[in-house]
Amino acid sequence: MRHLLSTRDLARDEAIALLDVAEDMAAVQEREVKKLPTLRGRTVVNLFFEDSTRTRISFEAAAKRLSADVINFSAKGSSVSKGESLKDTAQTLQAMGADGVVIRHHASGAPQRLATSGWIDAGVVNAGDGTHEHPTQALLDAFTMRRRLHGAGSRGRDLDGVRVVIVGDILHSRVARSNVWLLATLGAEVTLVAPPTLVPVDVTGWPASVDYDLDHALAAAPDVVMMLRVQAERMHGAFFPNSREYARTWGLDDLRFGRLPTTTMVMHPGPMNRGFEIAARVADSPQSTVREQVANGVSVRMAALYLLLSGERGEAR
Amino acid sequence: MAVRTVLQQADLERALTRIAHEILEANKGPDDLVLLGIPTRGVALAERLARIITRIAGVDVPAGALDVTMYRDDLGRNPVRATHPTEVPGDGVDGRVVVLVDDVLYSGRTIRAALDALADLGRARAVRLAVLVDRGHREFPIRADYVGKNLPSSTRERINVRLAEVDGDDAVTIEGSDA
Repeated sequence: MRHLLSTRDLARDEAIALLDVAEDMAAVQEREVKKLPTLRGRTVVNLFFEDSTRTRISFEAAAKRLSADVINFSAKGSSVSKGESLKDTAQTLQAMGADGVVIRHHASGAPQRLATSGWIDAGVVNAGDGTHEHPTQALLDAFTMRRRLHGAGSRGRDLDGVRVVIVGDILHSRVARSNVWLLATLGAEVTLVAPPTLVPVDVTGWPASVDYDLDHALAAAPDVVMMLRVQAERMHGAFFPNSREYARTWGLDDLRFGRLPTTTMVMHPGPMNRGFEIAARVADSPQSTVREQVANGVSVRMAALYLLLSGERGEAR
Repeated sequence: MAVRTVLQQADLERALTRIAHEILEANKGPDDLVLLGIPTRGVALAERLARIITRIAGVDVPAGALDVTMYRDDLGRNPVRATHPTEVPGDGVDGRVVVLVDDVLYSGRTIRAALDALADLGRARAVRLAVLVDRGHREFPIRADYVGKNLPSSTRERINVRLAEVDGDDAVTIEGSDA
């Protein structure tokens, strides 16, 4: 694997191989010495054009546990705010000898541009671009599902027949997009639930079905319910009347949670708006995987960095 | 290309039984022993050795797996390698006598990586090395404490270890470039 830009172009075997490496990385997280010498001497740059403390520290922890040197580059207060282009930033990183670039950008396609432009030789990891994709989030979600379902026997398994309901702001969610592609590749059945205003105009090409009624979707007793954050910063139009109505119609409250089987896992990519899209009691229940997702995020990102940066990089190096 | 069988199933079993006795003799019994195999075939060999030692000594001797992939010194020179699980038996390695088990000892680089990997798991009281085949050509000051078969070889030859658990049958063969 040279870059990790999206889950859409990830083959089933590639995805499973990455999840299997993540299992071995997770085992390292449980040891006293949580560090591997694998990427010693390699430099990973966290290039964040958009605020995200959680994702950045997850990548930072992953790179550091593999002994890579980490440089954090945040666009705020940097040369970018002075008008530097992506190309000039990339060439600066190239001159500094970056082996890997983890990029988050508000523009969909920015990581793709960085990876294919020839500006930089480094391996590129997409850490979220606009409303396009967030592949490591989907991979850590799939990893979390696989571990809950198959435990120690997870290695080599896919998610065949697992029924997943993704609820919330599908329109603006790169997490939902990455999950739809990856989960379908791994054999899961995905249902998207949202107000009609928050579903993309045309989803006929997506390997998922759409339901506008949360109670109807939950009545089918799905294996996984994934609640998405309502992204206030992206709500520039009137997508729903008000937050109370959203919580009542599309939120996972105590009542809806109580009707779910006790085996259904509840996921959330974080940060959560407690009492809005997810009730506090639900978020803290044993069925919630929120904290596992955070821990697994580091393992999955270690696996991605390992697969991208550990081997020979051909002509590029 | 000529393929010559060096060890057959009975030879292989005899070699492992002898190594098991040698381990017990050097350790003055089965106390504190932990056998860690290096994937893939070292793991199967460690499990076999542990079974034989357990049978001889009448005390359970644990076996596990130690993956060295992420500690190798040649990662940047090869395509990405798949990792394997590391499984350390219950009580860990602190204060134990760890016997590393591998199928073929060649350059010694795998064992160097294994020593690093082991150090991250804890502080073993002593570390020993058991291999089924020692084919020479060391590139590090590393030697095996227990050897099933010394097999002086040319670097152009290929040594194949086949084990029932992995390959369906037991055999050690040598593929000559000119033989």
